[in-house]
Order: sequence, then structure tokens, then C-alpha cells
Amino acid sequence: MASAEIRNKIFDTPETNYLNHTRGWKSWAFTLDHKRIGVMYLIGVTIALFLAGAFALVLRWHLFWFEGGFLSNEMYNQMFTLHGAIMVFSFIIPSVPAALGNFVLPMMIGAKDVAFPRMNLMSFYLWIAGTCCLAAAILSGYGLDTGWTFYTPYSIETSTGVIFATFGAFILGFSSIFTGLNFLVTVNTMRAPGQSWFKLPLFLWSLYATSIIQILATPVLGITLLMLIAERTMHIGIFDPKYGGDPVLFQHFFWFYSHPAVYIMILPAMGVISELISVYSQKRIFGYSFIAFSSVAIALLGFLVWGHHMFTSGQSPMVTLIFSAITFTVAIPSAVKVFNWLATLYKGSILLNTPMCYALSFIFLFGIGGLTGLFLGALSTDIHLHDTYFVVAHFHFVMVGGTLTALLGGLFHWWPKMFGRMYNDMLGRISCFLVFAGFNLTFFPQFVMGSRGMPRRYASYDPEFQIFHQWSTFGASILGFGILMSFGVLLYAAFYGKRCGANPFKAASLEWQSSSPPDFHNFIHKPILHDPYDFDSQVYDKDLDTYIPRELADPKTVPPRREPVHH
Amino acid sequence: MNWLPSNLFVPLFAQQSTEDIAKIVSEMNNDTTTPMSAVERPADLSSNWLSSEFHFPEAASTFAVTGDYYSIDWLYMFVFWVCVVFFAGIVAAMVYFCVKYRRKDGVIDPQPSTSHNTALEIGWSVGPSFLLIIIFVVGAQGFFDMRIPRDDCEEIQVTASRWNWKFTYPDGDSSAELHLVNKQPTKLVMQSTDVLHSLYIPAFRQKVDVVPGRYTYFYVVPNKEGEYRLSCTEYCGDKHSQMRTLCKVHATPAARKASTQWIEAEYTPWENGERLYKINCSGCHNINKAGTGPAFAGLWGKTENLMKGTVKVDENYIRNSILYPQQDVVAGYGPISKMNSFKGKFTPEQLNYLIAFLKSPAEKPQDNDKPAEGTGEGEKNAEANTEVH
Amino acid sequence: MAVVDTDNILEEEHHHHEPFIAHHFDDAEQQFDSGKLGIWLFLVTEILFFSGLFVAYTLYRIHHPEIFEQAHHFLDKRLGALNTIVLLFSSLTMALGVHAAQNGDNKKCGLYVLITMVCAAMFLGVKAIEYSHKWDLGIFVRSEFSYHPHTAEPFHVSPYLIKLSVIPVLLLVGFIAASFFARASSKVALSKFMGGLAITVGGYFVGVLIGMTFMALTAENEHAQLESPSQAPLVLRALTLDDDKHDDGHADADGDAHADGDHSHADGEDHAHGDSHAKSPDLGRDVGIFFSIYYCMTGLHAIHIIAGIVALAWIYWRCLVVHWRPDYFGPVDYVGLYWHLVDLIWIYLFPLLYLID
Repeated sequence: MASAEIRNKIFDTPETNYLNHTRGWKSWAFTLDHKRIGVMYLIGVTIALFLAGAFALVLRWHLFWFEGGFLSNEMYNQMFTLHGAIMVFSFIIPSVPAALGNFVLPMMIGAKDVAFPRMNLMSFYLWIAGTCCLAAAILSGYGLDTGWTFYTPYSIETSTGVIFATFGAFILGFSSIFTGLNFLVTVNTMRAPGQSWFKLPLFLWSLYATSIIQILATPVLGITLLMLIAERTMHIGIFDPKYGGDPVLFQHFFWFYSHPAVYIMILPAMGVISELISVYSQKRIFGYSFIAFSSVAIALLGFLVWGHHMFTSGQSPMVTLIFSAITFTVAIPSAVKVFNWLATLYKGSILLNTPMCYALSFIFLFGIGGLTGLFLGALSTDIHLHDTYFVVAHFHFVMVGGTLTALLGGLFHWWPKMFGRMYNDMLGRISCFLVFAGFNLTFFPQFVMGSRGMPRRYASYDPEFQIFHQWSTFGASILGFGILMSFGVLLYAAFYGKRCGANPFKAASLEWQSSSPPDFHNFIHKPILHDPYDFDSQVYDKDLDTYIPRELADPKTVPPRREPVHH
Repeated sequence: MNWLPSNLFVPLFAQQSTEDIAKIVSEMNNDTTTPMSAVERPADLSSNWLSSEFHFPEAASTFAVTGDYYSIDWLYMFVFWVCVVFFAGIVAAMVYFCVKYRRKDGVIDPQPSTSHNTALEIGWSVGPSFLLIIIFVVGAQGFFDMRIPRDDCEEIQVTASRWNWKFTYPDGDSSAELHLVNKQPTKLVMQSTDVLHSLYIPAFRQKVDVVPGRYTYFYVVPNKEGEYRLSCTEYCGDKHSQMRTLCKVHATPAARKASTQWIEAEYTPWENGERLYKINCSGCHNINKAGTGPAFAGLWGKTENLMKGTVKVDENYIRNSILYPQQDVVAGYGPISKMNSFKGKFTPEQLNYLIAFLKSPAEKPQDNDKPAEGTGEGEKNAEANTEVH
Repeated sequence: MAVVDTDNILEEEHHHHEPFIAHHFDDAEQQFDSGKLGIWLFLVTEILFFSGLFVAYTLYRIHHPEIFEQAHHFLDKRLGALNTIVLLFSSLTMALGVHAAQNGDNKKCGLYVLITMVCAAMFLGVKAIEYSHKWDLGIFVRSEFSYHPHTAEPFHVSPYLIKLSVIPVLLLVGFIAASFFARASSKVALSKFMGGLAITVGGYFVGVLIGMTFMALTAENEHAQLESPSQAPLVLRALTLDDDKHDDGHADADGDAHADGDHSHADGEDHAHGDSHAKSPDLGRDVGIFFSIYYCMTGLHAIHIIAGIVALAWIYWRCLVVHWRPDYFGPVDYVGLYWHLVDLIWIYLFPLLYLID
């Protein structure tokens, strides 16, 4: 057993940490430290979220009146396009992996950094460049009005800044590939001695599955966008029906990436939830291997279902049938996860603090998002619902109700680790409630108007839908306020929150064995490896006011093990 | 400046009655930016939200009939109940656990329980998949119903262009709204002159994309008279949201003929097609006897042997053969076809005429809709038109 | 649970790292394995990047088989084969270079890498000849396609070739000057490096010359083809024949080619039968789809060759400053793998584009 000196040295709040060991903007701009890159990514994606979220609010208030409020059709079209493009390419895809993942992934395997730190920084700068290209579409005065899907031939003909935007998405694709490649290699080669695949936290399994998708799918998007640019500049005749091309081929190429991209967005979120549910229930996650393999299954099945975005495009009925069948199989691993999370709650010791509230909201919202996918996977109902607000509501339940909720939950969970300070839990829970309530108010009415036949991307609509849009608009305002509030709570905590110890939540994965905030090298000691869900391995230390591994605790105060460790 | 919408008098969150909406719509009729739309019913939220009437617009096609085993409405409600049951179960369990096992007074005290149970895992993986299979099979059956048209369809040509619909009927007349006959199986043969569009009639539960460069088909059997909304659901640019029109279902063909503002055609598509054929094709293609090119009689619908493989002769094949003669050369006429491409020489409409002609090149199809010139019915029709004008 | 030696738990502040091991790796082996896995994954993304084009190729070949069967007659198989040999040889030298680096023989490694770079540049030179020749004939992508065959004098320098060669000329001059300048200021390694780059760019001009020689040798043959159209490939015939006599079904046309840019006959009814039809440009334009795909694929491949040269130059530089040692040669290995992949893609492109029948 280690002496008190060593314990203090390891776990006490250090004077120098990764935030302050070097100073000046250059030490951030040229840093190779995964933690700083993660924090910079977090700032970046948050700005993207607020920008695209502001667009969303403008859109919603425009739709408050059935004949359209204050935007011209052109403005409306550009705004929903940029809302979608920035949200998807600049926010959701990098949000959990690049911001949270960057910070915790190396620490979870006891490594000092990711395998290729320079590539990591490069990925961040590519993200900036790509986002700037998207933004340049606005600033250049041309705008972008193709929808985030860039469907041909409209994207070939429109006079807006398609080349800027597609090039931006192309660059963002490389940013995403670099992150994924880095994570795959890091998890493969840099795990702590003795850390087998089945001792990885589930968050890493989901990041690993995500990285596989990023590596396999994103290059196809890259080449598709390059071909689109070539089509626009030189009319090569591959997508343009005027020159003998096939516009539906573009849809196939596009969705070959963009459907797996949906899993790039949701899988890391599921990983976060697996962590939160088990830590705040203080119970070993139920069905570890089922959750782990369901991530991989979702990643692989995700490559085989892209055709379900084209059920109405006139593709051959046989192909349609096959895509529908495979689509249903994706439902199974997703359901498995939800059931396992519920089983983890059973007989746990559930702490309803802010991150847990977000995790429970996730189960609720993702449950709705996933179940409504059944309506869209079934062929005949999809014919009716395709391209209506039902689809809009469905994917917002998954993307916002799922990913954004998990991102916020994850931030509240790891915030004390990142900045060494605790947030105000009550305000956090209020913000969670606002997000939850506002979100449901926004998107529930959209299901009803969708199945009643309200097409998406409409700047004005039939008066009978007005009441649904009005509810939705009010909900969106509450949701926007809730998100602002949660970031406000976090930001305040980062500077003025109460100091907290290394492991305030009694979590057992390795990142909690570093000090809060961590040292530049992550660990100043050799981290002691436990099963990440063996919470009994951590014991309370009174002097440090935090939880530490029982091997390092003062033998006089260590309580006996509560239960036999079984797997 | 349009900052303050003119219709602020519509109270917030009010449920609009049919009269309200009819009033709004009639006011809007003078406003060219918003198309006149059918009103199927107001935003009636009072109906039972567990019934399909709450979730769907009025049902007006065979695909929608409630109670029909394959119908979309039935499947929707089936999936709805599956979702409700599962979701209620999940949330109930979640809330119950959170209340029962919540941490009291900060004492961390999880009760021992197992962390895996393979039988349970396999059970909840495999169990729900039976429901998934049911949903898939019923959905697929419904889908094939919606995609495979009956043989006795009336064919209506649809031309979508930014941001208009044009519907051309077998007798050559056309209209800006879609006019159908009740209980008459109908196949819309759709093409786009510019970008992607999608024809959607919620009351029919049917939707098909209109893809430039090829023909797509929209099949429906309306079974209720009335006026329904028809909208474009594939984003097509500035006035996408104004690419809306009406679909009217009439009782009989005669009623349709009489009550519609037609854009009259001088000749039927077949007649136009015959004229085009004589000018452009007859040098090489005879009706009955093979010439430089294959004969046309009996061509439609058959499976043609090509230099490589076979193809069914349909709209897309004819179009391709006219525009890209080298692509599918008929066996015995290759390897390089002697035909020149007519790309850029025929408008999409003229292609339709040729197709109409090729469907029955030997004789003019008997068309009951289009009265012969000078008959009494024709005069009546002419009267109807003068009234309109 | 891991057995913990709690007395010895603190990391020693300063590992005695070898200078070539990055701080976050434990040892050379871990670093090498990470790099190797990384480069393999990168190669996977590269393959998928190209796969989009291969899928487009496959689909259009299914849709327009007649075009793909004929279009390769526009491509010069001999130049393609020459390039294949050049690339295969460069793969060999690359492998030898990696072997030399493994042995820590920086001098030999540098030599092999230099040869590889020269081969890569030669490849680009031949490619430039191919491209400029096609552009001379009006073989562009789909929308610009306007084939007008003519035979050029042997060693005719196309204006397109001059445009393509501007940058290599500038680079050549710049590198030679830099090399001398570095030698003057007695920076030996830098001078050698710049010299190597100059030799590499020289490889481009060697490629151009070889390509021209091939063209000159085959020009006669090509001329003959155009003179007697019955010998010419069908697409050439279809593109060049005048179809006045299409009624009797005999395509015995003369070789008189005319580029017909005007194809704006909007109204079909204007074309009464027996009009002397203007030559339909549409078959030709559909051949353009083949060339759209051809330019996309070979263009993207050429970009990868250029990227490869840059990476090889970096390796070459590190050879000159003697970086490689038997326990540290990872980057040579990684760049070598990349280079083999670029070769491999060409090995697929060559038969798919040049040899299909």
C-alpha cells in the first residue's frame, strides 16, 4: 500500500496541469496534446451548434405562420440547407468522437496520447478549414440552397455556392477520417499492459466501431463530392441527366456514406450512455459483450441499408425489398442496447444527477427515435411518410434527442475531469428538463403533421398544419434556451465551480485515476487496471475527499469487498 | 416588408374549423404566391389520437382503406401499437427502477445482481424480431400492391417542371390539376424537364419521385370522390413549397370531362405520334415488315432480343432507343445501329406522342373520352368550354 | 486485478527515450506497429476513395457496353504498357530501398528512392503526352467532347503539352539553381537533395521524349487506319463516317471527318425524311462519358503519383541526413506501402481502360 505522500501526489489537485503547464496562444494553436485538441474541438463544435441552432430557430419562427413569416423562399432554402449542412458535417459528426473522445480515449487506455498527435491536430485544422468553407458559402453572398444532401441535378444547376460547400464537406470528411484512423490505431496498439479488449470501457468499443465507419464510408463521400464538383465545372456527364448521367447514382453514392454517417453520429452517443448508466447506478453494465458486439454489428449493418433513403426514387422493387429487410435487422442491436441499459438500472444505486438525467432522457428520446424508424423501414408506410415531417421528427429524435443529449450528458460527466471543478447540479438538472421538455414539444407535433401529409422543406404550407407548427416553434425556443443554459452552467463551472477531486463519481475506468484536471502526461503514475465496471474497486479517501483505487488506499480504512467479482 | 404576417388574426393554438380555413383559403385565392389548396379537414385534434383518423388525412385510395389487411393505415396503426407497447414498457421500467433504486442519502448501496444472462439476452434479441418480420412482410406486400399497376389502367402523362405540374390525358387534353375518375385504376407516367420532383397525394398514401432522364410510374386506384392535396415532396428550388395543386376525383369520365377547365389538344397524342413517325421514322421502320430497322407492330410490351441480352419494350426502352440508338441494338441490326440519335431533336412531349403511337402503331386506339369531331358530345363539350371562358 | 508494486508506482519523470521515439510511445516496436497499422488503414481509405470511380465505371459499362467496347481504341496501348512497366520497375526499386533502410544503409536507400522518384516522373511525362495528344484530337470530357481526327507530324509539340510542361520546367530550373546555391554555401546534403529533385524532374522530360518517340513510331499506323476506314475501329467509323447513305445500310464512308459542333435541332418535325442529316454528334458525345471516367480515374491517379513523389522526396531527404537505422526505418516502409498501392491501382486501371474488348 502506498504512502499518503504518494497518494497526495497522484490524486490531489495539481498545481500544473495540461491547461496551465504552458501558456500563450501558440501553446494551444500548436499543441499536440490530445486533451487540448479535445477542448479546442469542443469549443469549435459548440460554436457550430449555436450557429446552426440559431438558423433552426429562425426557420421555426418563419414557419409559425402558414404562409411563411419573414423569410423569402430563397432565404428559407438557404437557411435550412446551412442548418443541415453545418449541424451534420461540422457539429454532430465530430461532436462526441472528436471532442469527448479525443479527451478521454487515450486516458481510458492509460496512454499518454493518441498514436498520431500531429495528425490529430491536423484533423482539427481541417475541421476549421472545412467549416470555414461551409461558412464561406454564406459570406461569399452566393449562399447554398441544395439541402445538405446536394442532390443532383439541382446541385449542378443552382447558382449558389455549391463548390465551396462541397469542398468544405470534402475537407471535413478528411478531418473525420484522420480522427477515426487515429482512434483505431490507438486502441489497437496503445492499450495499457493487461488491458484486454473486454476490459475496455464500452465507450471505446463504440468509438472503435465509429472509427471503422469513418474510415470505410467517408472516402466514398469524398470521391462523390469531387465528382459533383467536376460535374459542376466540366459537366463530365456522370450525374447530370442532360449529358446522359444518372441522378439516382448520386443518391446511391451519397447515402452509401451518409447512412453509415448516421451511425457515426449515434454510436459514440450510445457509448457515452453505457458509461453514464453504469457509473450512476454503481452497477456493472448488464450484458457487456452484447453491448460491445451490438456496436460492431450496427457499424457493419449500417453499410448495407443506404437504399432505404430511395424507396420512392423508382429503384427496382427487388432492391427496395432487400434494403427494407436489412433495415429491420439494424433494429435488433439497437434494441439490445436499450434493454441492457434498463437491466443495468435494476437493483442499482441510482444517482439522479445531471449526467444521469441526460442519460435517462436519452433512453426516452432515442427510444422514440428508434421505434419510429419502424414506420420508415416498412415499405408501404415509408412511401406515405418519406420526405414528410415524420422523417424530420424521426431523425431529430435520433440526432438531437440522441446525440446532443448524450453529448451534454457526457460533458456533465467528464467536466470535473476536464477542468477540475464541479458544476451546479440543480441548475444542470433544470437545463436537462428544459432540453427534454422543449425537445418533445418541438418534435412530437411534427410526427402528427408528417403522417397527415406535411412535406418537408416547405417555406409555406397549408393552413391546417399551422397549429402543429406553432407548438413546434414554441418548443424549439424552449429547447434553444435549455441548451444555452446547460452550456452556461458548464462554462460557469469551468471557471468558478467548486474544486473537485480526482474521481468524484466513483467511476472505475482509468481516466479517473489521473488528477483533475489531468497532468500534461495524463498520469504521473502507472494506472492500476481494474475492470472498468468493477465499481467496488474504488474506495473513498477522506483526506482527498475522492475515490481512489483500493490498492492505493490506506489499508486501515479500506472496507472489505462488497461482492465477489464475477464476469 | 413582410415582417408582420397579414394573418395574425388567426389565434395562436386555436383549432381552426373548416369554415375558418375555407375563409383563409378563399382569401388566399387572390394571392398568387400561395396556391389554392384543397381542404380535407381542419387541424382537428379532437378525434381519438389512438385511431388512424387522428394520424392520417382522409383516405381516398385502395391503399389507404382502413380494415384492409394490406392497407397502409392498418400497418401504420399496427406499428403504432407495437411502438406504444414497447415504449410504455421501457419508460415504465426506467421510471420504476429510478424511483425504487434511487440512491438514498448518498449511500452507495447497489444490491448484488447478475450482470449477464445469456438466455435473457437472446430472448430479447430474437423475440421482437418476429414482430419485425410481420411488419416487413405486410409492408412489402403493400409496397408491391402500390408499385405493380393493373393492366386496365388509364394512362396519364405527367410533366413536372419547376414549379408546375402538367397532366396530359389519353385524349390529348391537359390540365394543371390532376383529374381522376373514381374507381378507375390509373397509371401516371411521369417525367421531369429539369430537376428531381416527387408527386405526393397524401389522401392516396402514394408518392413517387419524378426523375429527369427517365420515366417513373405512379399507380393509384382512387375510391372516393373529392378534392385532395397534391404536392411536390422532393426539394426542387425556390418555389418548392408552391408546387402544390389539387387532385380531383370525379364520379364518371363524363363528369370529369364536363367539369374541368381543359387545355384543349388539337390532335390526340396518337395522332401527333403518327405524324412524327411519318416524318422521322418511316424511312427505316415500317409498321408491319422489318426494314432498315425493326418493324413497329406488336413491338410494345414484348421482350425484345438485343445484340446482348433482352429487354422489355416499355417507355424507358423506347426513349433510350430514340435518344441513344447505339445502346440497345436489336439482334440482327448491329453491332452498330444505322440509326442516328434524335437527342435534342424531340421535345419530351414529342417523345410521349411517339410512345403513344408505338403502343398501337397499326390502328388508332378507340378512345371513348375523346369524342370525334362534330358529334353532339363534342358540341356539348365546346359549350362547356365557352361557358368557362 | 493487476498486481501493483505500490512503492514503485510513480512514472519516472524522464524516460530515457531514444530520440526517434515519440514521447507518447513506450518503445520502438509500439511506434512501428502503430505506424504500420495506420498506413494500412490509410491505404484502405485510398482504395475506397477510388472505389467510387470504379463503381461509376462498372455501372456505365453495364449501361453503355457498346461505348466501352470501342472507346479503348482511342487509347494508346503501347504507352499504357510502357507506363505499366515503368511503375512496376519503380515498385521494385522501392522495395529495394526499404530493404536498404532496414539494413541502415542510407546511401543505397537514397539511391533506390531517387530511382523510384525518377520513374514516377517518367510516368507523368508519358501521361502528359497521352493527355495532350487526346486534347489535340478534341477528346475531352462528356460536355466538351468534339472528336476531330487529324494526324500530326512526328514530334509535333502540342500546345497542351507546352502548358502541361510549364511547371516542370520552372521546377527544373529552380532545383538546379537551388542545388548550386546550396553547394556554394557548402550545405552538402541540401545540395544533393536539390540535385536529386532536379534529376527527378528530368525524369519527366525523359518520359515526354519517350512518349513522343512512341507516338512518332505509331503515327504511320494511325494514319493508315484513318485512310481505310474499314480497318478502323467501329467507333472511329461511326464518328467519322458521313451518313448520307444510311438508307441502303452500307456504311462505306470516306475518311473525311468533319467536326460538327452544331447540333441544335430543337424541333424534330423540321427533319423531313431524306434531309441530308447533319452528322449526329451524340454517339461521339457518349464516348465522352468513357473519357469523363478515364480522365477522372487517371487524373486522380496522377495526383496520387505527385503526392507519392512528395512523400518520396521527404524519405530521400532523410536518407541524405542519415536518419534510418535498423531499428528505425518505419517511414520508408510506410511510404513504400503507399507507393505499391499507387502502382496497384494503375495495374487495375490499365486493363480496365486500355485493354477491354
